[in-house]
Amino acid sequence: MKPLRIDAAGRAAGCGLALTSCAPQAHAHLIETGLGPVYDGIAHFALTPEDLIPALALAVLAGLRGREHARRVILVLPLAWLFAGILGAAARISLPDSLSWVPLLVLGGLVAADFPLPAAATTAIAAAVGLFLGLGNGYAMAQAGLGVRGVVGIVGAVFVVTTVGAACAAAWQSGWLRIAWRVAGSWIAASGLLLLGWSLR
Amino acid sequence: MRTPLENRSFIAVSLAALASPAFAHVQTGQATGFLAGLLHPVSGLDHVLAMVAVGLWGAQLGAPAIWLLPVTFPLVMALGGFLGLLGVPLPGVEVGIAASAILLGAAVMTERRLPLYAAAALVGLFAVFHGHAHGTELPPGQSGLLYSMGFVVATGCLHAIGIAIGAMHRWPAGRIALRIAGGGVGLAGIFFLWRAIA
Repeated sequence: MKPLRIDAAGRAAGCGLALTSCAPQAHAHLIETGLGPVYDGIAHFALTPEDLIPALALAVLAGLRGREHARRVILVLPLAWLFAGILGAAARISLPDSLSWVPLLVLGGLVAADFPLPAAATTAIAAAVGLFLGLGNGYAMAQAGLGVRGVVGIVGAVFVVTTVGAACAAAWQSGWLRIAWRVAGSWIAASGLLLLGWSLR
Repeated sequence: MRTPLENRSFIAVSLAALASPAFAHVQTGQATGFLAGLLHPVSGLDHVLAMVAVGLWGAQLGAPAIWLLPVTFPLVMALGGFLGLLGVPLPGVEVGIAASAILLGAAVMTERRLPLYAAAALVGLFAVFHGHAHGTELPPGQSGLLYSMGFVVATGCLHAIGIAIGAMHRWPAGRIALRIAGGGVGLAGIFFLWRAIA
């Protein structure tokens, strides 16, 4: 039997394959801060406009409607987000990304129209938004190996952004400022409508 | 003994294997999407003039048209963009864009005071043409949301520029200057119309 002869190119290929197999796992949709899962979750939220903009729009909607609405939203939105995040991470379920235009169009439209919603309706919208976005976040965190700690980071960031946004909208709404908020809402709604076109393209 | 070519191959393969893992769908390139969207509406003079003219006309008409028209335009433009993205045909898009510059310029030049709903309907009608033209031109592979946001923000900023310029309406000389500017927009629209049908 003729002995197997491995030339230099074969050795190089072998080394290459061995090193490739040692490469760490790639993480989809993950921003790695190097500071741990909680901070990775915060960074994920801050750098994901599909999550950040609806949260801000909801905060502005609640702030424009008054303190009662704002107080409810800054409590309900993070709690719903946390619940859905844990559910998404545990059950590995998520809603399709192609629906990300829905909160933009609805919330932006409500802000632009300055629609006089009752507090109960604002609360229900906050719960729905939290459940919708939290489910996707929980699934993404589980996929990235961050689990519930990543979700906790996201929810913390949601709470801060919502509180600051609602406070700003509640405090600054005299005269032109209210119009400016509504213009911003119309831009968000327009972006949502275009995003729907992108998703159907 | 290994040849220099074998040595280089060995080093190249090893270095390739040591490369960092690719992070699928990470948020890279989104700034490109936003900037590309931001630059898209300002890339055509016909769009720029019409959008600035909306702001000028709104400033002439005063409240509530001063903010209602610039809110109407991006929203209805997004509807036109939506139709364009879906490939829904709209006849006479270039003619409609040119007509928008002519009529909006004429409205500014003559300080035409239409009822609010009629002004909003006129602006909305033209916005469909502008949006459709943009929608059919949108490049594939961009970050959809950020591109859309940049696109809408740039449109809104063009209206804001028009409103800021239109603030000179309160002075007699500024009022004349605005009417001259409206005439200029209308003339440019006639040029765009000639180019569209020639």
